[in-house]
Amino acid sequence: MKRSEQTRSRAGKVLGIAFLLAGFLIAATVCAADPAGPSQIPNIFKPDSTPADSIFRLSKLVLVITSIIFVVVFSLIAYATAKFRKSDADDGSEPPQVYGSNQVELAWTVIPGLIVLVLFLATARVILSVQDAPKPPGAIEVIAVGHQYWWEYRYPELGVVTANELHVPVSDLQHPTPTFITLLSADTDHSFWVPRLAGKTDLIPNHPNHTWIDPHEAGLFLGQCAQYCGVQHAKMLLRVYVDSAADFDAWVQGQKRFAATNDAAAEGRRIFESTACINCHAVSGTVADGHFGPDLTHLMSRDTLAAGAALNTRENLRAWIQSPDSIKPGSLMPAMKLSDHDLDALTAYLETLR
Amino acid sequence: MASEIIAINEFAGGGQSVGEWLHGWVTTVDHKRLGILYILFSVFFLVIGGIEATIMRIQLMVPHNHFVSPEVFNRMFTMHGTTMIFFVAMPVLFGFGTYLIPLMIGARDMAFPRLNALSFWLTAFGGLLLYFSFIGGNGLYGAGNAPDVGWFAYAPLTSRAFSVGHSTDFWTLALLISGIGSIGTAVNFITTIITMRCPGMTLGKMPLLAWMNLVTAGMVILAVSPLTAAQIMLCFDRYLGAHFFDTQAGGSAVLWMHFFWIFGHPEVYILILPSFAFASEIIPVFSRKPIFGYPIMVAATVMIGFISMSVWAHHMFAIGMSSYGNTFFTITSMLISIPTGIKIFNWIGTMWGGKIQFKAPMLFCVAFLFQFLIAGLTGIMLAASPFNWQLTGSYFVVAHFHYVIVGAILFTLFGAFYYWYPKMTGRMYNETLARWHFWLFVIGFHLTFDFMHIPGLLGMPRRIYTYEPGRGWEFWNLLVTIGTFVQGIAVLIFVGNLLWSMFKGPVAGNDPWDAWTLEWSTTSPPPDYNFATIPVVESRRPLWDLKHPEDPDWKYE
Repeated sequence: MKRSEQTRSRAGKVLGIAFLLAGFLIAATVCAADPAGPSQIPNIFKPDSTPADSIFRLSKLVLVITSIIFVVVFSLIAYATAKFRKSDADDGSEPPQVYGSNQVELAWTVIPGLIVLVLFLATARVILSVQDAPKPPGAIEVIAVGHQYWWEYRYPELGVVTANELHVPVSDLQHPTPTFITLLSADTDHSFWVPRLAGKTDLIPNHPNHTWIDPHEAGLFLGQCAQYCGVQHAKMLLRVYVDSAADFDAWVQGQKRFAATNDAAAEGRRIFESTACINCHAVSGTVADGHFGPDLTHLMSRDTLAAGAALNTRENLRAWIQSPDSIKPGSLMPAMKLSDHDLDALTAYLETLR
Repeated sequence: MASEIIAINEFAGGGQSVGEWLHGWVTTVDHKRLGILYILFSVFFLVIGGIEATIMRIQLMVPHNHFVSPEVFNRMFTMHGTTMIFFVAMPVLFGFGTYLIPLMIGARDMAFPRLNALSFWLTAFGGLLLYFSFIGGNGLYGAGNAPDVGWFAYAPLTSRAFSVGHSTDFWTLALLISGIGSIGTAVNFITTIITMRCPGMTLGKMPLLAWMNLVTAGMVILAVSPLTAAQIMLCFDRYLGAHFFDTQAGGSAVLWMHFFWIFGHPEVYILILPSFAFASEIIPVFSRKPIFGYPIMVAATVMIGFISMSVWAHHMFAIGMSSYGNTFFTITSMLISIPTGIKIFNWIGTMWGGKIQFKAPMLFCVAFLFQFLIAGLTGIMLAASPFNWQLTGSYFVVAHFHYVIVGAILFTLFGAFYYWYPKMTGRMYNETLARWHFWLFVIGFHLTFDFMHIPGLLGMPRRIYTYEPGRGWEFWNLLVTIGTFVQGIAVLIFVGNLLWSMFKGPVAGNDPWDAWTLEWSTTSPPPDYNFATIPVVESRRPLWDLKHPEDPDWKYE
């Protein structure tokens, strides 16, 4: 008898401890997961832009309130299960039969109602401040088009077209230069999500959407497509480069130039312009003006290939042209099946596109 | 599975040939047999859906894993979601409802026994059709076989431009057919509960299980109909040149989202209300007290039914609704926490002052209370639409709804399995094995779904077949995968216990739990006609009145 009671109360303790640990571990690890300093972890609790920061501040309020509810209700359940456990010395009689209490019911209806009211008002403020923010005069405009499985970026006011790596200027508080992004889709649904800059907004065909970011410091911010869009949804990665004002201007000037020409790569250029490449890819100042794939005018100014799936190195570029499935199985880029010689020449040409 | 059926059959009166036995089960219109068929069908698909989940978790154990191709992974998550919702959760809950409702309201069968059989077989063949896609889905060279569009199948991925072959058609038709079955069951539940209660059982004296299934059935009719309509529209798009969802011809992807989620969110409550029903029957019996605040429990159930019809677009906070739309769906989604909170408090109130016996059904219900609390709180986080812009479509949301579906629904279901097992089979399960099942499942569940929240907070989207290293996701994904295997072992113990007890379990008797509702007044398993004489009740706990004539309930109600 005695022993079985011990095991029972031990079981109760284990239950309690297990649940407590689970709750606190979540809280603790989320805070500890991202050490201070520059980090590539797209942690939603390390905001670096006003929309993400507004969300972060709201989320702190929500987390505090839900934690208090958790502790209170958890304690009630734990107390009830521990205190009202049938003892081994029980005489077998039934406990007093209680059917309910209107006062108690009223209390646990009204109090949650008040909590909901507070949460709702705090939330509504943030919805309006993020979604209906006015666009200041210095704002950069970008049109982002989601494709299976890459990102097209157009800067209509600056005359720049690029792919997969979005460059935006730092926005300081005195002279805000936020970036307002119009989100379009060329095929299926996608979602633009760079957690440290803003919450996600979907890119839906026939349904233009808008979002904005105003990063407070320079650096690289990572994210990825967050709405299932097909086979390679997983490797539709987002890279946002936040540049200082001077760097951003320099980048824009570089992107506006026509493609570099280099006689040494003439053979590669001939291959590029006489095969299927130009059906999909554009290189400004040449006959290549396809629009199904990324603009390659300044391919070498980008750090990655295939929407962030591989680093932009000579070996990866070769592999990507010859057999895209080796890097990103299911991507819509066809395998070009060139001879080694042609492949070398083509790679050499692409490497001149700086 | 077959041996289980045989064993059950032996209790129902053996000695037939296999042909007679099979004929008996296939042509049955008995609600008890159909209930058991539903349950066995669901357990079969639970194992399949579990295997699909395990394949996904092995793939995600480490970054850049090559266990399966992206195409296979996408089929796995589509089939896992579709299977678990439509061919496990709904049929198993319908199965318990079909089995229990007539017994609990003192009736001899459902109102429409043949419709009952039709509904089951439609659901069963819907499930088989979905899985036939693995064989027959190709259609075109190079086209995929099983559906790979995700369980909510957003347009325009389902259009013929993006989904060649027939995989999407199998998905559409399977849901269309099983949806008709669900609507049939719902009609049957409503009619049975409204018209076939035994003398004395007014609506206010009906067991909470019947109340909650009544509300659920109403929601099924309201919610499954738009889904069925949308499936027909999708068929028109794919084969008759309609353009409802065909964005390349000016159709609307957002329209599909509305159609799907006006079904999809009430669906969550369609699944959780029967699970609340189990808790509302089990917790009082094992606390030895009546349910606390019965009228409020009923009112909260009805409120949940109504409010759940107005929250669907909280699945769509990131699609670019206006700020007013987002605000509206934030408040409705938060409001639903009030009636749900009332329920949690009433269950605590039921335990308060009781003499709680921790048998397996009660263990699962107490774990349910803890876990449903957490699931509700992460639900409040998701209802705050700006927070939702970060959390939606990430692993946080995957963890949240698995906390609801596994942590709440599956836990109460396990409780219900153990609680009514002696009634359905006449034999008692093994308590030691049930405890092993419980503790292993608790550990596995928390390993998997507690830690699954974290990669979501660190920016990991759902439905990716692989992920980049260096984003802080590796460790958590490894833990999640380990937890999956622990859960798998626990489920094997559960199935083993049910099978073993079928033959070796001690005979249970009519009323092993000293319970209070009518199903315990008849034999275990009940005879074909359920009750030799139709019972007459005077209170919500007719068997309490019988056992305590000096202190009957009807004096206080």
